Amino acid sequence: MKTRKVTDYALLTTLALILSYVESQVPAFFAVPGMKLGLTNLVVMVALYRMGDRDAVTVNLIRICLSALLFGNGFSLAYSLSGGLLSGFTMIALKRTEKFSIIGVSIAGGLSHNTGQILASMVLLGTWRVAAYFIALWASGIAAGLAIGVLSGEIVRRLPQSVISGGKP
Amino acid sequence: MNKRLRSDLLLLGGLAAVGLALFALLSLGRDDGVQVLVRVDGVVTQRFSLSEPRSYTIQTRDEGVNELRIDDGAVWLESANCPDCLCVKQGKIRYAGESIICLPHGVVVELSGQDELALDAVTQ
Repeated sequence: MKTRKVTDYALLTTLALILSYVESQVPAFFAVPGMKLGLTNLVVMVALYRMGDRDAVTVNLIRICLSALLFGNGFSLAYSLSGGLLSGFTMIALKRTEKFSIIGVSIAGGLSHNTGQILASMVLLGTWRVAAYFIALWASGIAAGLAIGVLSGEIVRRLPQSVISGGKP
Repeated sequence: MNKRLRSDLLLLGGLAAVGLALFALLSLGRDDGVQVLVRVDGVVTQRFSLSEPRSYTIQTRDEGVNELRIDDGAVWLESANCPDCLCVKQGKIRYAGESIICLPHGVVVELSGQDELALDAVTQ
């Protein structure tokens, strides 16, 4: 692995961790558990569009494991993993079709993240009653994905090629 | 870019539609109620099993009376001496999380499901 790539990974993972932490400090901001903006997805989007599919998944996985170790527990790891993996693969699949802009990809990402978490909570809590949160989390996933999509579009456009170059010189 | 914007909008509309459809589907899978909780002015005065048919007279402040009936896995207020009788018009409820409210008498009849009972057992 090139030194350049290692430093890119380190930079993005650190940034994602910080954003994870910032977001974990405002849990009571919304009434429904799991409803959040998903700031870390900014970093995943940058990795996805500047580096590549595999790099985005790698950065996200490292971020999830580290933030569970630092700020969370086994349960939060299960929620983050199911949300992160589902949204990661959904975004990669949508990006590969080349039919959608970064905003569409991000909307699908936000939504699939929440879907993954609802599925995880159904398994962990063993109940369908979670479905009461479903419509709120579905709507918030779309809204958050839209906001993050617009933001990350700007970041990917404005970030100098020299900062995150995807291993290219 | 315009083409992509169009696919984005299609995606947005499609996802919203799917969300509504799934929501409707999931509401069909809701749980049956297990326990009937009677609250008068916020205080739980009675607990009944939804599976045992019975009649019960809820006594409230100012000589208010609401006649509760449990039968056939449903609970309802059959009659009451409150001014508008909205509680009677609310009809039968049978799913966990549903409730009947009589504002003038401060009466709430709630249905809880298996999950809440398990939680109660843990917390008590």
